[in-house]
Amino acid sequence: MDKPFAITLDPGSSLANRTGSWRTFRPVYLDRLPPCNAACPAGENIQGWLYHAESGNYEQAWRALVDNNPLPAIMGRVCYHPCEGACNRQQVDEAVGINSIERFLGDEAIRRGWQFSKPAAPSGKKVLVVGAGPSGLSAAYHLARLGHAVTIREAGPYAGGMMRFGIPKYRLPREVIEAEVQRIVNLGVTLTLNCKVANIEQAMKEEGFDAAFLAVGAHIGKRAYIPAGTAAKMVDAISVLRSMEGEEKPQLGRRVVVYGGGNTAIDVARTVKRMGAEPVIVYRRTRDKAPAHDFEIEEALQEGVMVKWLSTIKHADAGEIMIEKMALDAQGFPQPTGEFETLAADSVVLALGQDVDLGLLDGVPGLEVKDGVVQVGPNMMTGHPGLFAGGDMVPSERTVTVAVGHGKKAARHIDAWLRGETYAPPPKHELAGFEKLNPWYYSEAPHVVRPMLDILRRQSSFEEVVQGLDESNAQFEARRCLSCGNCFECDNCYGVCPDNAVIKLGPGKRFEFNYDYCKGCGVCAAECPCGAIKMVPEEN
Amino acid sequence: MLKQIEGSRAVAEAVALCRPEVICAYPISPQTHIVEGLGEMVKSGELQGCEFINVESEFAAMSVAIGSSAAGARSYTATASQGLLFMAEAVFNAAGLGLPIVMTVANRAIGAPINIWNDHSDSLSMRDCGWLQLFAETNQEALDLHIQAFRLAEELSLPVMVCMDGFILTHAVERVDMPTQAQVDTYLPPYEPRQVLDPNEPVSIGAMVGPEAFMEVRYLAHAKQLQALERIPQLAAEFGQQFGRDSGGLIRTYRCDDAETVVIAMGSVLGTIKDTVDALRQPENGGLKIGVLGIVSFRPFPHEAIAAALKRCKRFVVLEKSLAVGSGGIVATDVRMAVTGMGLQGHTVIAGLGGRAITVKSLAALFEKACAGQLELTTFLDLDWKAVNKQLEREKAVRRSGPIAENLLRDAGVVAARNY
Amino acid sequence: MSYQPIKFYQTGTFTVGNRLLAPEERSVQASAKRFNSINSGHRACQGCGEALGARYAIDAAMEATHGQLVCANATGCLEVFSTPYPETSWQVPWIHSLFGNTAAVATGIAAALKVKQKKAPHGQEIRVVAQGGDGGTTDIGFGCLSGMFERNDDVLYICYDNGGYMNTGIQRSSATPPAARTATTPAVGVEPGNVFGQGKFVPAIAMAHEIPYVATATVADLRDLEAKVRRAMEIRGARYLHILVPCPLGWGTASHDTIRMARLAKETGLFPVFSAEHGEQKSALAIRRQLPVEEYLKPQKRYAHLFAPTPRVEVLAQLQALADRNIKRYGLLDGGKQ
Repeated sequence: MDKPFAITLDPGSSLANRTGSWRTFRPVYLDRLPPCNAACPAGENIQGWLYHAESGNYEQAWRALVDNNPLPAIMGRVCYHPCEGACNRQQVDEAVGINSIERFLGDEAIRRGWQFSKPAAPSGKKVLVVGAGPSGLSAAYHLARLGHAVTIREAGPYAGGMMRFGIPKYRLPREVIEAEVQRIVNLGVTLTLNCKVANIEQAMKEEGFDAAFLAVGAHIGKRAYIPAGTAAKMVDAISVLRSMEGEEKPQLGRRVVVYGGGNTAIDVARTVKRMGAEPVIVYRRTRDKAPAHDFEIEEALQEGVMVKWLSTIKHADAGEIMIEKMALDAQGFPQPTGEFETLAADSVVLALGQDVDLGLLDGVPGLEVKDGVVQVGPNMMTGHPGLFAGGDMVPSERTVTVAVGHGKKAARHIDAWLRGETYAPPPKHELAGFEKLNPWYYSEAPHVVRPMLDILRRQSSFEEVVQGLDESNAQFEARRCLSCGNCFECDNCYGVCPDNAVIKLGPGKRFEFNYDYCKGCGVCAAECPCGAIKMVPEEN
Repeated sequence: MLKQIEGSRAVAEAVALCRPEVICAYPISPQTHIVEGLGEMVKSGELQGCEFINVESEFAAMSVAIGSSAAGARSYTATASQGLLFMAEAVFNAAGLGLPIVMTVANRAIGAPINIWNDHSDSLSMRDCGWLQLFAETNQEALDLHIQAFRLAEELSLPVMVCMDGFILTHAVERVDMPTQAQVDTYLPPYEPRQVLDPNEPVSIGAMVGPEAFMEVRYLAHAKQLQALERIPQLAAEFGQQFGRDSGGLIRTYRCDDAETVVIAMGSVLGTIKDTVDALRQPENGGLKIGVLGIVSFRPFPHEAIAAALKRCKRFVVLEKSLAVGSGGIVATDVRMAVTGMGLQGHTVIAGLGGRAITVKSLAALFEKACAGQLELTTFLDLDWKAVNKQLEREKAVRRSGPIAENLLRDAGVVAARNY
Repeated sequence: MSYQPIKFYQTGTFTVGNRLLAPEERSVQASAKRFNSINSGHRACQGCGEALGARYAIDAAMEATHGQLVCANATGCLEVFSTPYPETSWQVPWIHSLFGNTAAVATGIAAALKVKQKKAPHGQEIRVVAQGGDGGTTDIGFGCLSGMFERNDDVLYICYDNGGYMNTGIQRSSATPPAARTATTPAVGVEPGNVFGQGKFVPAIAMAHEIPYVATATVADLRDLEAKVRRAMEIRGARYLHILVPCPLGWGTASHDTIRMARLAKETGLFPVFSAEHGEQKSALAIRRQLPVEEYLKPQKRYAHLFAPTPRVEVLAQLQALADRNIKRYGLLDGGKQ
């Protein structure tokens, strides 16, 4: 074509004009810390594994999950999911059912027989783990993956610790525990049951362990002084729950009073309900002040468990107890009212918390025990070099998830300590709070409710109450994830740039800015649904 | 083939022979018959491969032609007077973009006062728009010039106006020799656009050009018109060879060889002038040495050709149907520039505005006066001085605005006088 | 709605794309191989809604016509920022003639292409899009636009409406909304800003021409916009698409708020998003989360006089009434399903 001078121009020639020089702010991609991840006591990269679940790549999702937590099928049942409490989606509609997806992945892994990736090259170091509860199992798993030779010594007849002896099987079927423990054993961990470590120092010395992780839990039920007649039957909650695992079921009678307002109280009440009894929970404060999770209280009430709120037991006798009504004072503390009531009670179960059996630590130099628990440093090491501790026996919230987190954290520090180094966790990304998101882009999608066992069977059997999601609704639920702070390749930045200054790198590779043309308008950052772009001032 | 037909019809048929692909039509007298004829030919199927579009204005007409021409279609439209002014912005634009559109201008006066009759004010108002402007003397020439115009336009990638006097030519039934399709096809090859909107070779046409290149763009437009000065006579000559008659070119002279006085004009009035000159050359009328120079190409303006033609004369009289209000003649200004330094006596005669008849009688008197060396520098032929002076006096007495035309008509008794 | 909304892939149909979607379910803009009809290096202001809207629309038209497209462009911001000599941003065949004649130029192109197509019926068919701003469309180019409509010429005309003459320094056009401040409707006097009861909504006028297709869209609803371009290119004859494109400069908004402003215009009901065929409304893009007009007006400096020094409650009520009327007239709460 014979083009007239100046009036007619060659296509796309404006590429010669580098409009990037106009910029005073530049967009940068970043990963922010999703609130779920930030809230997870086990340090799971929840957004990270959901990402794979969203694509239906469940094995990859499971593998990403077990990088931090080897017990997803258990966790998917018993974790109180602080992640969901932190989930930004609550402000759009409802939190993502992270826990249910975790369970789906855990169950899927069991069903399909997925095994852990083989450990790194052997380090030549031996580590002893005392206790096969969540914390011990977690530590053993992580240590094994780091290449260390791990031996678990468990005093009881089964692995699982409190997961087995403290959580009823209608919440956590035992075959789930067994499957996930077996997988850890398959990794090369030696698990010895019915083997109580009486003296840790001696055990380490004699068998040549380079380090040890103590995770014996807290199994001794706390007692409270209640004036009682000689015929009164009083037992502690942990004993009741533990005895459920044995041949000999506890004999508690028909009218069982459970004293306490924590999750253990609820567990006991629901357990005895299933055994045909009529449990009544007596708790001195109100429902909203009870430490038990509200959904558990709700489930217990649905199943016919009675509760006497604002009540204390003044006296127990054969066949009955006397309770005193309480009233909350201005500070919210219960105060006696002088108003009494008598309740029929064949037995009283005390669910007032547990203490640690510290017997194995006798004589270990350097150890510090305070308030009945072992003191550890930020690296989970006790005052005795090479001796680490975690789980319910150290000061912390006593949940399975926290225990699993302890195990992981301790394993990393033990690993570093064995190499004569100090483990420094990578710096945390800034939090992807809701204000960092552009929620417009997420379409309305209500939470998938997990199916529940029907109420009659819940009252009479130990079948699992809460059922799992199937594949399609697990994936749907996964796709409710907002991917807070982490690019999920929605193409928005690529699409909304008025200057075509975003380069699409292809599936899984995310995007790149073309600073030759980016004018720094910030539309990409404003329209990024998940807050994975930040505007920063230009240097010059 | 010889035909006795209306000028508009002759032009319509000639345009149809040029195989236009897009025609946009908007009615305005005295051009209307041309597009009516073409519309009928398209609708009847006589003219195939052509889109005939009834647009909503002249501005749209030229704009549609801009679009169709840029998309590679041979494009044609016609207009006159107010219509040309209404499309003015697009007229300039078509030239600026170098689009070879051919447009007939059936020359007509410009209002106010509104007037539908012939003069050259319309196309001359577009003097500097960048289009070539060719003026036809007869219907035959109008017909022929359209055929040449398409070829010229497309070779140079410039738009061409073919100007023909409204009513005098457009509505006059005369004998014309209509060429055959084969003849026209031989002379006029299919349109091969210099630039075209084509998805296979995309370009941006119509960029914004700033001070850094605008002067150059303008100069190149000028240079292209200068190229046309060479090309117009060549194409006319080629046309003459093929069609066997003289039409077009830059200028045409008549009895100039020994002329001391040369009358210069454009368009159909040249016929009357030639008749008058013939008469004045008769010995019984004084045997005046007077000749005629007809300008065919007003743009580009043939300075050199005119200078050469006036080389031997003593004086020239530019008789034009246009007025640069506040200055004088429009054509005369250009002619004077062409003869700069030649020492000629020049006269401007403004005549025939708004369809005022230019009679042989008035011309004869005028030319005699000119040959006698008694003509004023500027003459308004057959002006009603009585009416004019009356109004001027009135205005001198009362300085205020008012409808001059109505006052004059009232004086002339056309409008019933009222007392204010 | 002329596209199947994506039920739920994390984001539904709201984001540009999504890694989880099949390519055919993604927008044209999500494709790494999109045309970028208007290329980088153009001189539009930061966050220009028109540059974005033009790429959205023309890329969609290019997709629909397999790249066989010619564009005519009115004078205005889009033309000035895209084609200053010696560079053009356009990668499509493109012509700029004048401010007020774009529809007619497009008519001419369409006519030429029709003739060419008839002469070579086996060649690939080429379609025509005309585009201009609201000044070039609703004011100076309106005569040509109406002519193109009534003749039912085979042209898709796209108006990028930013509510004023922004290129010349923010003057009022007939598309400037009431109460908005411009350089020719300053925020002074008893009735500051643009007056009520003036202006025109060209989509409704286009519908009155009973042309085959009329639609409105915004840069905030890409899928809807692309679907409308696609639908428009399925149809022959005169088609009109009116796209709201916020102008950070003229509206006094932050450059990063361009899409947000378009979204708010739609969510408040002040800008109805709908489609019509042969003069009858066919669809409306439902408001997702209805908001009071203040949400849209407050971030814009051109409405600052409505909020300070004293809130002009009665003017806000008038604007809310306009939004409510749109919502009722176009069925914006139920997506046009009466």
